[in-house]
Amino acid sequence: MTLDFSRNHFELFAMPMTFAIDAERLDQAYRGMQAEIHPDKFAHAGEAEQRLSMQWSTRVNEAYQTLRKPFDRARYLLQLQGVDAMDAKNTSMPADFLLQQMEWREALMDAVENRDMTALQGLEKELQLQAKGLQSQLGHLLDEQKNFVEAGNVLRKVRFMDKLLQEVDAAYEEIE
Amino acid sequence: MALLQISEPGLSTAPHQHRLAVGIDLGTTNSLVATVRNGVSVVLNDEKGHGLLPSVVRYFADGTTSVGYGAQVQAALDPHNTITSVKRFMGRGIKDIPDLSILPYQFIDAPGMVQLKTVAGVKSPVEVSAEILKVLKLRAEASLGGELVGAVITVPAYFDDAQRQATKDAAKVAGLNVLRLLNEPTAAAIAYGLDNASEGIYAVFDLGGGTFDISILKLTKGVFEVLATNGDSALGGDDFDRRVYCWMLEQAGLHTLSDHDKTLLMARARDAKEMLSEHPQTQITAVLSSGEVIDLSLTEQAFNEMTDSLVKKTLTPTRKALRDAGLQASDVKGVVMVGGSTRVPRIQAAVGEFFGQSPLTNLDPDKVVALGAAIQANVLAGNKADDDWLLLDVVPLSLGLETMGGLTEKIIPRNATIPTARAQEFTTFKDGQTAMSIHVVQGERELVADCRSLARFELRGIPPMVAGAARIRVTFQVDADGLLSVSARETGTGIEAHIAVKPSYGLTDDEVAGMLRDSYAHAQDDMTARNLAEARVDGQRLVEAAEAALAENGALLMTAEELQAIEKRVTDLKLALQGADLVAVKRATEILNKGTVEFAARRMDQSVKKALTGHKLDELEF
Repeated sequence: MTLDFSRNHFELFAMPMTFAIDAERLDQAYRGMQAEIHPDKFAHAGEAEQRLSMQWSTRVNEAYQTLRKPFDRARYLLQLQGVDAMDAKNTSMPADFLLQQMEWREALMDAVENRDMTALQGLEKELQLQAKGLQSQLGHLLDEQKNFVEAGNVLRKVRFMDKLLQEVDAAYEEIE
Repeated sequence: MALLQISEPGLSTAPHQHRLAVGIDLGTTNSLVATVRNGVSVVLNDEKGHGLLPSVVRYFADGTTSVGYGAQVQAALDPHNTITSVKRFMGRGIKDIPDLSILPYQFIDAPGMVQLKTVAGVKSPVEVSAEILKVLKLRAEASLGGELVGAVITVPAYFDDAQRQATKDAAKVAGLNVLRLLNEPTAAAIAYGLDNASEGIYAVFDLGGGTFDISILKLTKGVFEVLATNGDSALGGDDFDRRVYCWMLEQAGLHTLSDHDKTLLMARARDAKEMLSEHPQTQITAVLSSGEVIDLSLTEQAFNEMTDSLVKKTLTPTRKALRDAGLQASDVKGVVMVGGSTRVPRIQAAVGEFFGQSPLTNLDPDKVVALGAAIQANVLAGNKADDDWLLLDVVPLSLGLETMGGLTEKIIPRNATIPTARAQEFTTFKDGQTAMSIHVVQGERELVADCRSLARFELRGIPPMVAGAARIRVTFQVDADGLLSVSARETGTGIEAHIAVKPSYGLTDDEVAGMLRDSYAHAQDDMTARNLAEARVDGQRLVEAAEAALAENGALLMTAEELQAIEKRVTDLKLALQGADLVAVKRATEILNKGTVEFAARRMDQSVKKALTGHKLDELEF
């Protein structure tokens, strides 16, 4: 008998296959699962159980990490629909979006150069607001309209925003 | 046929035998061993009543060693052969050691990890650490009156794969079964978490002799998650001593000092620091070898001023860790203090001010890590604690591969919950390429040169194809101890080449066996007897595990025939355990291990089902 890896991440935790997610319920399901199968529960058990427990625990961690983060969850939902949103061939973005990205990037560079903490915090707030907007758009496209192609386009925008927010984080460290 | 015990799942009827397990804090300056006795975690003392064992090992020409206080007081007599703070060298290459020139040791540059030349021969840091662990193991066995089932050994949260592997190897050389490597801050939180049954976000502020660590933990319903860690590997109580020492030189107008006077004044500086933890002012007096008398008065205020920048230096990593965790200082519900240096009142005040609350100091900051490790060891050994909690830990530093142009491609990101596995596909860049070299690195930097190199290996036998056609799938697996293994496979054509590596700093099983032989060649210990004893402990453990599993749900999950087959193997192993035949014990253990694979799989499925059912019950309540 082998591990039953055929269940998808949602099924594994008995969660509905939607972008909108009950985070608390996911947390509970994850913890409940780990409490049964984590290697710590088998530290004194036989070899076979130790190995299986590590494999299961790894699987459960992967599923949880994927569902927990909105970006990964959306990407995974699209994958289940046969849409590879992050396909390297699919790189075109709307011009106005790219222009806006460039403006934000310049603002970020200015803030670092002037060691302007207030400007950086302001930029971060604005970016977070934008990211939130994209996220609710994503939820609408995935759960209600089931427009997976358009959802893929929005997801790529989210990726840009995530990267920018990471750079803001790095900028904080640079200023300090 | 043996009588079969049948019981409800979850109600174990196995005889409740307390398995001896310990927690070990293998520290840079001091080490400790603790155990849970009558439900309470206690540090085990030596025959003189000392709980702390200075992490100092002295080698003699005849191959014998002296460990602890004895070695420490005589360190100045024999500096080349007295190894202090060996933890700094664990899993470290010669280039990684910053203050090489001021250390009195003769280092040998060996691949992966430095070695030390002593009067008793060349020693690896793994062997030196093993000497410390052996003393603690003996202490525990003498105190508990029996062979240990295993130990939980703590490591700093920032320890990379090389350092963790080296620690595990040291335990192996010392003859200890490692139940788990545990992060020090997590151990400290366990010590406090269980005592106070707390839930929420906790910070663990660990200022030791030479290192500073800050960790942000989340405690929820018995689950401990490490959200973020940060620190400064060159900041500790010693720096506070040095500030006082420099102030003394300045005040007394001293310039060049003999080694003896330096040691003397450093000790006085430390005494003064410790005095100021309880008094507003202290007097420092010393007579130098020249006969000159030093007599200075130091106030707490002056001390606070001269060490202010050090205190501030702890807050930068603290802010970073909070940011990594996506939290504010006000989200933190409690701050656990670890390490003797947290006794400094100014530190406690600064931490209190930063987090807006008084830090937790009711457990001894020198012992808290060992106490927590012992609690975890007790659970892992299968001595059920009342609180059925679970610990979830994370990867401290990102793990990745070198790609074209010396850049790092991260495969497993920092702070991923372990155990974890991730696969990534790569391809060939030349036509007809039949081999691919894989370089495994750890660290956050983009350039491979700035990261730590863990292993290099080659995947051969790739069928010749045009560039970009081969598909090489590289899989990283990190186990519950945080240790990495890497494998690579060419999947494009269905032809498989497969290799699993142990990172290059790691010791091969033969090398560990060789160290074991060496270390017992000097003691009057028979290697064969030792092997038999270890095989018996392993075998006994397996018998107990199998019987407990059978009693729990054997009848539920297996047919009568299958049960009979396993029971026969259990009986065979029990029989072998009564004899003194090493090969027979090992064989019977192996046969039982193989014979329980299917049963284990069904048990695991049962556990997963149980978790899901539990969850569905919750749903009904909505």
